[in-house]
Amino acid sequence: MSPGNTTIQTLTTKKSPVFRAVDVAKIYEMGEVQVHALRGVTLNLYDHEFVVLLGASGSGKSTLLNILGGLDVPTTGTVHYQDHELTASSDAELTKYRRNYVGFVFQFYNLIPSLTARENVELITEIAQSPMHPLEALEMVKLKDRADHFPAQLSGGEQQRVAIARAIAKKPKVLLCDEPTGALDVETGIVVLEAIARINRELGTTTAVITHNAAIAQMADRVISLSNGQIIGIEENAERIDASELKW
Amino acid sequence: MRKLDQKLIRDLTHMRGQALAIMLVIAAGVATFVMSMCAYNSLAWSKETFYREFRFGDVFSSVRRAPLSIIPRLKEISGVAAVETRLVYDVLLDVPEMTEPATARLISVPESGENELNKLYITRGRMMEPNRTGEVVVSEVFADAHSFVIGDSVQAILNGRSQQLKIVGVALSPEYVIQIQPGSIMPDDRRFGILWISQRDLEAAFDMTGAFNSLSLKLTYGANPDEVVDELDRLLKPFGSVGGYLRDQQLSHQYLSDEIAQLRGMAMMAPAIFLSVAAFLLNTVLSRVISQQREQIAALKAFGYTNWEVGLHYMNLALVISLAGTVIGAAFGIWMASGMTKLYHTYYRFPVLELRIDIQAVVLVFLITTAAAIFGTWFAVRSAIRLPPAEAMRPEPPPSFRPTLIERILPRHWLSPELRMVVRNVSRKPVKASLSVVGIAMAVAVMILGSFSLDAVNYMMDFQFRKAQRQDLTVTFVEPATASVVYEIGRLPGVIDSETMRSVATRIHFANRSKRVGIMGLESTPQLYRLLNTGEQPVAIPEFGIMLNTRLAEVLGVVPGDLLTVEVLEDKRPTLNLEVTKIVEEYSGANAYMNKQQLHKLLKESDVASGAFLKVDSNRVNEVFHELELRPGVASVAIKDAVIDSFQATMEKSVLVMRTFIAGFAAVIAIGVVYNSARISLSERSRDLATMRVIGFSKSEVSTVLLAEIALFTLLAIPIGWLFGFGLAALMVSGLDTDNYRIPLVINPSTLGVAALVVVVATVISAIIVQRRINELDLIGVLKTRE
Repeated sequence: MSPGNTTIQTLTTKKSPVFRAVDVAKIYEMGEVQVHALRGVTLNLYDHEFVVLLGASGSGKSTLLNILGGLDVPTTGTVHYQDHELTASSDAELTKYRRNYVGFVFQFYNLIPSLTARENVELITEIAQSPMHPLEALEMVKLKDRADHFPAQLSGGEQQRVAIARAIAKKPKVLLCDEPTGALDVETGIVVLEAIARINRELGTTTAVITHNAAIAQMADRVISLSNGQIIGIEENAERIDASELKW
Repeated sequence: MRKLDQKLIRDLTHMRGQALAIMLVIAAGVATFVMSMCAYNSLAWSKETFYREFRFGDVFSSVRRAPLSIIPRLKEISGVAAVETRLVYDVLLDVPEMTEPATARLISVPESGENELNKLYITRGRMMEPNRTGEVVVSEVFADAHSFVIGDSVQAILNGRSQQLKIVGVALSPEYVIQIQPGSIMPDDRRFGILWISQRDLEAAFDMTGAFNSLSLKLTYGANPDEVVDELDRLLKPFGSVGGYLRDQQLSHQYLSDEIAQLRGMAMMAPAIFLSVAAFLLNTVLSRVISQQREQIAALKAFGYTNWEVGLHYMNLALVISLAGTVIGAAFGIWMASGMTKLYHTYYRFPVLELRIDIQAVVLVFLITTAAAIFGTWFAVRSAIRLPPAEAMRPEPPPSFRPTLIERILPRHWLSPELRMVVRNVSRKPVKASLSVVGIAMAVAVMILGSFSLDAVNYMMDFQFRKAQRQDLTVTFVEPATASVVYEIGRLPGVIDSETMRSVATRIHFANRSKRVGIMGLESTPQLYRLLNTGEQPVAIPEFGIMLNTRLAEVLGVVPGDLLTVEVLEDKRPTLNLEVTKIVEEYSGANAYMNKQQLHKLLKESDVASGAFLKVDSNRVNEVFHELELRPGVASVAIKDAVIDSFQATMEKSVLVMRTFIAGFAAVIAIGVVYNSARISLSERSRDLATMRVIGFSKSEVSTVLLAEIALFTLLAIPIGWLFGFGLAALMVSGLDTDNYRIPLVINPSTLGVAALVVVVATVISAIIVQRRINELDLIGVLKTRE
């Protein structure tokens, strides 16, 4: 459980799935039209793993991420997080699951504009079970000196790093990032990705990053490609590339 | 502090204009409620205490002359706890600084100086000494009106003899908390006063030793008041009883109870109006905040905040506003109540009339306001609670628009693109638009409600005292006067015209209802004391039958053609059967009229008069007064103009204060609604507006889109508000309908105009504020951020 003793655990990671999704499908009703966002996805995510979900817009990757994070429930299929069957959980149980285990990073940051960077982090540490100090979280994304700035006073990259600090401050078991660099330029995007990689490395948090940017896939342990609501390929990277070496 | 609460405070600070506007609407409602309830409580408490401690009678009656020996039999009536008999005479009083005479009601006090019922509270000086003659205690309002000091003297005409009366004390009585001369509808402190005098003095002056002409009873707990009155009337019938009556017919008690009832009515009406507007405003503002914060809500939920925590957070936003409004409103209401209590002191005199803060009312209004806030915001908050986080992550779909009916009817080029935007916006959210209109209309209605009473009272005064009654003086006689006396008065130098009347105490029965009424016999085509119909046209008095005024007809449930049984309560006490011939319009009292000659015939009496109406040369008024004063038969002289003037002066003064407050409250509602709806439109469409600016529309063209909507709402709201105002005023008028007066539903065009003007000004102010926001639109910033 504790993120400190990673070395021993790393050896066994690959064999213990954190998430087990079996035959997951999601159908949205948009007025009179049915949208098949996911069409029978089966996959495992493993402890400490860094996964990139790659796909074009509309491929179903966000839906998958939302389902893994307990924000959404599939129409059919089952999803387990460790021993919990998310697909059989009540709304209250899903809330508890998100509260205790999941950290989210969104494409558009979703910071509370009326709270400072530190306060945005504190918003989460207040309700978490054993959070880190808010400043410690901000330090991990190298923003400790901007702690008292409001979102409007921060650049896009800084805002996204605050969002990451906010996501990791509760020491989540899972970090789910939805296009974290989608709204950022390359340089800023790299800084944000470095921060995410660092959390994964140092805290051993299972991390899933959604992107439509194939370049980012090089920094992952595994790359899962989606298209039209289905998995079209899973690749393991023999070697992870450092975020700073990415180019796109 | 919890970070969520910190967010709450910052959000509130950010929307402080809107929050303040809503808070003030709530405060206005709470203030009116708290003011009414505190004033109610103060008045009711003072009344109860005064009545109890000074033993206010339960039953009253007067007779011509009854021997004191009847008292033991009165005490034996089942249900009677105490009997107080006395002598009561209305006399003319010559007050040094007044040219015209005042009327004084002399009331005897037993030699002991201690009444058993209707005890006196001496505020200054002392009671009369047992063995001295010519000492009086005067009522406080009368003493104040004339600045009497202890030791001053007044000259009274007692049974034709002028007698000097020395003021030794000033007092209050539960019988005269408000001092109104019978037959008058308003207090006139200068011209009508109560003087308490020793029984011996009065017995001697009116030759009433061993007799009484007025009495008051206290009932035992659980007594049947009607049975007591029946028995009392039976026992006193031989002595010329004009019929006993209960407290609810006692003039001072009636006025006081009416006032207290009015406060209750105001307390009920105010929260209903203001809090429903506030609930609506909270709903629109919170709906907007929640839709703007969709993504924040999504983030909070994604991080594990429960639906309940998120919902409560937004509910708290409303609750903080409502709590602040309640606190400010309660404080303001208490302050207004203290002013109101002071104002009451002008008319209503109690030993103690102090502000009693009604804690229960404050707690109650807090609960009501909280409930209104929760009710108003529930649907908005529920949408925050229900918002699925995954869905909230996606931006809201663009609102769907379609061409409106108006556009399909009107040729295309009639509407500019800006106006087309306005029309489509309004028609896309018809509920919200109509609620905005209703809200502004409420402001118009509140304004009318707060100021129409002056129109109504002025109309009533004009109708009654200028159009109907055209005499200058009304003279009443101690005993019915013969034709020669009346003829002589009519010939007094300075008297231009005169008319006589005969009034007689009766009890009118119809079906199972009955009512004590004085029937007034008038000449067949009176010129001075005229009766009018609803169309303000004079009504001739038919030779036979009886005419009732609207109020009496209503009380008895009578229409023309019905046959009434009239029990005369004077002299030979005949019972008459009279047909109702006409209904006449009057705003004060429940009165009946008939032909004077016919009345004489039925009473089997000669051509006598109970009073006369005089038209007097305004230059010779003093002479006429002086002449009347000298006549022993004259009981009172009422001067119409003086009475009306003094009443209107006080009325206008007190109404002005209320009117100012209510105008303020109405403006608060108007600004609250207009400003909020404009701000919300602005925030919903700042992107569109910025886009318009970027593609080349001018600031004023862009403003049109927003301001035209505000103007449209206000223009629609004004006529609707007038209708609401009429409705609420009608409701209020029917609530104020008492035995003493009816308030006509009259609203002057100027009142409607002022109401509209206040709302238009409030709209313009709101528009200016919003216009400044439009001017400051950050074109690039707005376009960059994702809504």
